[in-house]
Amino acid sequence: MTGRRRLNGLRRVPVPLLVLGAIGFILFALPLAGLLARTPWSRLWDLITSPMARDALRLSLLTSVAAAAVALLLGVPLAWLLARSEFPGKALVRGLVTLPMVLPPVVGGAALLFAFGRRGLLGESLYGATGLLLPFSIWGVIAANAFVATPFLVVTVEGALRNLDPRYEAAAASLGATRWRTFRRVTLPLIAPSLAAGTLLSWARALGEFGATITFAGNLPGRTQTLPLAVFVAMESDRDVAIALSLLLVAISLGVLLVLRNRWWGLR
Amino acid sequence: MSEGLGAHLVVSPGNGFRLDIELEIPPGRTAALLGPNGAGKSTAVAALAGILPLEAGHISLGGAVLDDPARDLFVPVERRRLGIVFQDYALFPHLSALDNVAFGLRGHGADRATARREAGRWLERLELGSLADRRPGDLSGGQAQRVALARALAVDPDLLLLDEPLAALDVTTRAQLRRVLAEHLAAHRGPRLLITHDPAEAFLLADTIHVIEEGRITQAGTADDIRRHPVTRYAADLAGINLMAGVATDGSLLLANGHRVAVADRSVHGATLATIHPRAIALYDAEPHGSPRNAWPTVVTALEQVGDRVRVQLGAPVPLTAEITPGAAAGLGLAPSVRVWIAIKASEIDLQPNPGTAPEGDPGPDLRPSA
Repeated sequence: MTGRRRLNGLRRVPVPLLVLGAIGFILFALPLAGLLARTPWSRLWDLITSPMARDALRLSLLTSVAAAAVALLLGVPLAWLLARSEFPGKALVRGLVTLPMVLPPVVGGAALLFAFGRRGLLGESLYGATGLLLPFSIWGVIAANAFVATPFLVVTVEGALRNLDPRYEAAAASLGATRWRTFRRVTLPLIAPSLAAGTLLSWARALGEFGATITFAGNLPGRTQTLPLAVFVAMESDRDVAIALSLLLVAISLGVLLVLRNRWWGLR
Repeated sequence: MSEGLGAHLVVSPGNGFRLDIELEIPPGRTAALLGPNGAGKSTAVAALAGILPLEAGHISLGGAVLDDPARDLFVPVERRRLGIVFQDYALFPHLSALDNVAFGLRGHGADRATARREAGRWLERLELGSLADRRPGDLSGGQAQRVALARALAVDPDLLLLDEPLAALDVTTRAQLRRVLAEHLAAHRGPRLLITHDPAEAFLLADTIHVIEEGRITQAGTADDIRRHPVTRYAADLAGINLMAGVATDGSLLLANGHRVAVADRSVHGATLATIHPRAIALYDAEPHGSPRNAWPTVVTALEQVGDRVRVQLGAPVPLTAEITPGAAAGLGLAPSVRVWIAIKASEIDLQPNPGTAPEGDPGPDLRPSA
């Protein structure tokens, strides 16, 4: 009896938290409700299966997954270097790597253009050597997405590496494992949940990417027009299409979040 | 150069702390590094392991130099052949018990099949065969400790390094595991170093004891040397531990002077070393009520104030050291030659098969400090 009473006492919510929390929830729920209220349900299927929508969906999925893969491939080594090694200018490197998180994406896109454009810093020699041109191509979309998404993985994984008990790596080394073997067989498996979380975060960021993409890769239907760009264009022409595409984005994000969340974090 | 471990460790890991100790351990011998928390034991482990390079001094093992800053020699941790049982074991949580043990074998060049076969044999040897597929999270503390021991031994290390191997275990498991440890220590051909803050563990498992305080060795010798002639306050405190030789048979221990005491641990038979903590001995002015199994009248031979406790030396029939509060001592009117009753719970007597090395040539129960 007294135990239950005490529990109730601890569970009682302070009124200010309840009020502000409720306002916060409404702030998130209301726009979604607005979207659902305006949804042209009878035409929905036709709208999201239109050629424009299908192209944008295919491109969005392809480029966001590719960007997440790039983030994983390049972000993990960066995170390891930032967490585990000492080198001059480390603070600067960390600042630059995480800059895209706070940089307006449009600025990021412009910067990418000056670096990888046909007359850009690296783009000119890249084009001369390989004929590859990033801007206004699917490669440009992936580059823009990876540019804004990788920092999320770096930050997540670096935190995990810093929190990892150093004795596991010491134990591995004392058992004759080289640094590389220790990294593969001990470090990576132990930070797997954070790797997954970081990859998911960067994928989600890439899926929603707009500013850097439109600046660097343009808005070419079927080639560089991802779902967010298609929504933007549709807002000007056909609101129903915009709503349908938005709903599609919401459904994909929510679905992936729920499925992976249960898979990776549900058991912990 | 000796085939065992020869080390002079000088490291300053920070905070103004400086470790400066010398260790010599011949092959087949166990040395204990015994000291309070913060004395520098973990720093010594890190230096020996190669996690923390020396600033001065040297480490040589099995005739090879592992670290010598003066000659700019340093062998990194993965190329020293060490078997380390880490404090809290540091078993890889994502690998099965078998893969944990196989990890070191793989690291030292065995192919996958050989490593797994050999790891399986080690698990069998430590009676863990049925738990090979379990992850560390599904093992009890005692089982995890044995996996850690198997993992360390499996690489056939040149030096076996045990960092507080029993500290994380409950009292009952600790006594069992101490014997498992003693058995496998004896089987290991190389030098063995036991890091501990538990004097009973050091007295029972090691041939020589190095007392470490504030980064320096304050005393080195056999358990008996340290007990008879403690040179620091800390060592004197350790010296209070009662250590007795005898023969154990099924719940009783026959001391060398013919006195018999009841013990709770029935798993040890034959030649045995027993330790009793001085605070586990209760003193009474008359025969205690409730008839504890070990109670007898004796006489106070000496009294000494040690910090906030009073250390009481007791005479025949079993010379022992007890520690009580000054209040209790005053209440009992203790003074030399006063007669008292003592009581010891059978479960407070720690037993360990007597390896026959320490304390050497001792006549038996009269092992209490002469100081």
